[in-house]
Amino acid sequence: MSVESQDLNLCANDNRGQLQLGAGSGLVGWDEVTQGTVLTSFEGDATGIANKKAEERLYSDFNSYTASVASWRVNKPVFNRDICIDCQNCWVWCPDSSILSRDKQMLGIDYDHCKGCEVCVEVCPTNPKSLLMFNEHADLDESLAAWPEKKKKAKKSEEA
Amino acid sequence: MAITSIKNLKEFSTNNDRFEGAHTLCPGCAHSMIVRELMNCTDDNLVISSNTGCLEVSTAVYPFTSWDTSWIHIGFENAATSVTAAQVMHKVRKKKGTLKDNDAPVKFVAFGGDGSTFDIGFQWLSGAMERGHDFTYICLDNENYANTGGQRSSATPVGAHTSTAQAGTHSYGKKQKKKDIVSIMAAHGSPYVAQLAPNKWKSMAKGFQKALEVEGPCFINTVSPCCTEWKFDPKDTINLTDLATDSLMFPIYEIIDSHELNILYRPKNIISVEEYMAAQGRYKHLFKPQYRHIIDEVQKDIDAKWDLLQRREEARL
Ligand SMILES: Cc1ncc(C[n+]2csc(CCOP(=O)(O)OP(=O)(O)O)c2C)c(N)n1
Ligand code: SF4
Ligand code: SF4
Ligand code: SF4
Ligand SMILES: [Mg+2]
Repeated sequence: MSVESQDLNLCANDNRGQLQLGAGSGLVGWDEVTQGTVLTSFEGDATGIANKKAEERLYSDFNSYTASVASWRVNKPVFNRDICIDCQNCWVWCPDSSILSRDKQMLGIDYDHCKGCEVCVEVCPTNPKSLLMFNEHADLDESLAAWPEKKKKAKKSEEA
Repeated sequence: MAITSIKNLKEFSTNNDRFEGAHTLCPGCAHSMIVRELMNCTDDNLVISSNTGCLEVSTAVYPFTSWDTSWIHIGFENAATSVTAAQVMHKVRKKKGTLKDNDAPVKFVAFGGDGSTFDIGFQWLSGAMERGHDFTYICLDNENYANTGGQRSSATPVGAHTSTAQAGTHSYGKKQKKKDIVSIMAAHGSPYVAQLAPNKWKSMAKGFQKALEVEGPCFINTVSPCCTEWKFDPKDTINLTDLATDSLMFPIYEIIDSHELNILYRPKNIISVEEYMAAQGRYKHLFKPQYRHIIDEVQKDIDAKWDLLQRREEARL
């Protein structure tokens, strides 16, 4: 059975996107922090963290991974697994670490961290593209149903 | 050191990100593409320091950090200073055997924007290079002080409009040429300096790995297209980087031990500087009749520089 992005259960903790200064989080204000203060990225020992996948890590509330920038988006990229060739172009160039790739397979998009820049769509080499932009509120099935057909390359003579 | 495989993108993509999302860099910002590549090309522990600039302020919005490594928040000009201090401390404690894990490999990296690297932090960078610490300095060159609203820096190229070198009836934007930071750093006697670009992900990852591996102070200038200040659509960041490398505005090369220059990318079809400029709002005014000659002047300069690079590669001096 292949892994799907929803199987990863990437919501690292319940505070995701809600940890806001002044919202009862019990933190001192930014102007009260003294020099030499350390904010830890993980709970407990972080040894070997480079070899742990996101879903295996214990992120602390200070890690921006527990926050969301979903509200930045107007349009969102939608992923069509049927066309994808797992080239990983989208993975290497996503500026927001939002392409979920596991074991050389592209699984989907992390919509908590994606800002909708459309870079992944631009660098996707398939025809038609395996990633396309849709309105933030578009339904997944409807988006997939509206996927365009393979584009024929324009012939030289037609161009002239 | 634990180098991760970069044979092909599929292999590379099995790495686990140590640079997290929900930072506040603009959508499509190349800074984070470059940082992600650096952090994905090694499994070693990393100690990183950043000069003030877009990268620093966007990845440390209190109370959040986007760094899954030790990361030092410091003043505008001090990343090279602070990270080399940490490197010396690590060396001493390793010798004394007082580290938690004495054998864990650690690499020391500093990030700076072009403003802090070419101008305001230049003296501190030069000092750290001269002292010969084992660290890697990476400049994220977006050719302006982006974080404070797009002022000109000594990395801004001729003809670009910036908020302090404005284009108008009597001005075509910046008049002075871009500083040749790569040669300046090579002249410090560095074992490895390079200019790399995120669209050429493989040469960039290879260069990063070399710099981390080589002992001594290494310097890498990376092209970091800034959609906000260069004025292009965020989706085109990689397309624009392609234009930058293929027009030779940003040639990709390395210099080993101050003299062994290798060109790492030769475009099959070299495009004109005009085509590169036409894709960005910051050069819009150059397409008016009274300023068109500036485009020709820049093209001449870029041709001459490419010629010189090739001759240096041949001569090995
Ligand atoms: C000594 C000092 N001078 C000026 C500033 C204000 N400042 C903060 S970020 C910034 C611009 C940074 O430009 P650059 O280094 O090119 O990085 P970018 O934001 O473009 O990535 C400036 C001028 C400062 N923080 N400290
Ligand atoms: S739209 Fe941008 S942020 Fe979202 S997944 Fe694609 S490249 Fe990443
Ligand atoms: S760029 Fe397109 S084809 Fe390649 S992995 Fe991403 S979605 Fe799949
Ligand atoms: S202003 Fe430019 S460098 Fe700064 S975050 Fe935005 S795109 Fe990136
Ligand atoms: Mg800059």
